[in-house]
Amino acid sequence: MIEQLRVKFARRGQAFGLAPSFILPLKGKILKRALQMGIGPKKNTADILFYGLTALASFTVLMIILGVFFVLLKESALSIREFGVIRFISSTDWNPVTESFGAATNLFGTAVTTLLAMVMAIPVALGIAIFITEVAPSSLKGPVGAAIELLAAIPSIIYGMWGLFTLAPIMAEYIEPALQSTLGRVPLLGILFHGTPMGIDILTASVVLSIMIIPFTASISRDAFNLTPSVVKESAYALGATRWEVVKNVVVPYSKIGIFGGAVLSLGRALGETMAVAFVLGNNHQITSSLFDAAATITVTLANEFTEADTNLYLSSLFYLALLLFVLSFLTLAVAKFFMLRTERRHSR
Amino acid sequence: MKIEMETRGLNFYYVGGVHALKDVTLPIYKNSVTALIGPSGCGKTTLLRCFNRMHDLYPGNRYEGEIIFEGTNILSNDIDLIELRSRIGMVFQKPTPFPMSIFDNVAYGLRLNGVKKKPDLAERVELALRQAALWQEVKDKLLESAYALSGGQQQRLVIARALAVEPDVILFDEPTSALDPISTAKIEELLEQLKKSVTIIIVTHNLQQAARVSDRTGFLMLGELIEFDATEAMFTAPNVKLTVDYVTGRFG
Repeated sequence: MIEQLRVKFARRGQAFGLAPSFILPLKGKILKRALQMGIGPKKNTADILFYGLTALASFTVLMIILGVFFVLLKESALSIREFGVIRFISSTDWNPVTESFGAATNLFGTAVTTLLAMVMAIPVALGIAIFITEVAPSSLKGPVGAAIELLAAIPSIIYGMWGLFTLAPIMAEYIEPALQSTLGRVPLLGILFHGTPMGIDILTASVVLSIMIIPFTASISRDAFNLTPSVVKESAYALGATRWEVVKNVVVPYSKIGIFGGAVLSLGRALGETMAVAFVLGNNHQITSSLFDAAATITVTLANEFTEADTNLYLSSLFYLALLLFVLSFLTLAVAKFFMLRTERRHSR
Repeated sequence: MKIEMETRGLNFYYVGGVHALKDVTLPIYKNSVTALIGPSGCGKTTLLRCFNRMHDLYPGNRYEGEIIFEGTNILSNDIDLIELRSRIGMVFQKPTPFPMSIFDNVAYGLRLNGVKKKPDLAERVELALRQAALWQEVKDKLLESAYALSGGQQQRLVIARALAVEPDVILFDEPTSALDPISTAKIEELLEQLKKSVTIIIVTHNLQQAARVSDRTGFLMLGELIEFDATEAMFTAPNVKLTVDYVTGRFG
């Protein structure tokens, strides 16, 4: 049986230019598996071709991910050997002159700008999504929806330029002094707002970032909201619920997973965003308590310093940073995916 | 017999001007079950959704005529829809539990109406679940998700949710068409019980169901009320040829 299969496969393979010597030694198990997957000798050529092409396409993605990972790993090997993992992550030193490198300041910058951007973006994005799906008259839904999607289409460097030339001066002159004289006076909270407002700082970068991720979160949340069955909404209305109560108690709980997904996608984008942040963050390697101080994210450091990296260890440390970002993004998405799958399963039960 | 609600010369137009109800005049008697029957697209669900002004959720729909409820025309513009809908409950074709616990589902309408105290809520939730003949099945798992219930149980939960706010009228839109025969029988039994305390209007595709559960039946076709009478008369001795043809299964 297996022998026959083998011969048949070999004949089939020859039609594609595969040498019989390639197929004949294959194990029976593999051949059977191939049969199950629909690439048996009985299947027609188009099917095999189709299977092969789609499989190839998917495997390419995997190969690229692995390839990127290994290149990063290889290039950062020198730095990994020099600083190790714990020391590299925890050291706040970033000194090209003494060749002492640590990622803590970059990790800090990335984490703080991303978190702050998420905190500002998610409420606004949800508001937009709620307005488009539940509140706006249908004549407004289309235009507002399109505007949101256009916002996502603007290249990030334009956001960066806008941030530098328009937003930063406004922040420095009006918003930051105002924050300083109000929230800055509150005990404990005040340390977030000390120093001279320059406009090129963590706060401005977070604002630019948040504007960039709003469209993603908003359009994904909108799609999630639209999935709420209208009868369920109607049953809430039928009990005498107001529009707000329906949104709060029915639409939002119903779309939790979708909203979460949107938030995670934006998180991924915020983690990796480079150009927009590079313009307004100031690229200063420090861990600071004030939002009015300049800082550096992993991406900004990479963008700014590759051309300056004159020694092997410096270059390798930059690659090490990139590797950290790669792992960080990967983990974030993996964790999010895991939670989404779990909630989905619980939901469908 | 007292009249609870009444439509007078009711016309209804959907967005784009589709004339879905034509001059419908129909009394709904208190503490009885009124069935609305007719072929698909005849306007029976459209009529049902006029009673709690569900059509207002979608802009562009238009009513003409009157629906009298407790002496006022509920189609007038100064009616508080929130208030109206808390007096006139609705149950849909498919069970529509909210994404929350069994208890919270039933308590939802109560909370909207300002019932806040825990003991009051617990008491009225239990009462509603008992009325909906669901208490015995869920009393030990009130805090579990409503999605954990079977389809028939979910539909009774939704009925309990509607009952909890003590409405005067409950509108049923084909409440059993997504259920198995046993769950259907339970719900029909329930309707019989419920009419002691509320007025029921039910839309159904199932003629036997209309014959079994209702006291009065209205037959609609192409947006017009063809005939309205006591259910027994409608099914045994209808006055209009169209009704005869429909209830004997000659079309539909």
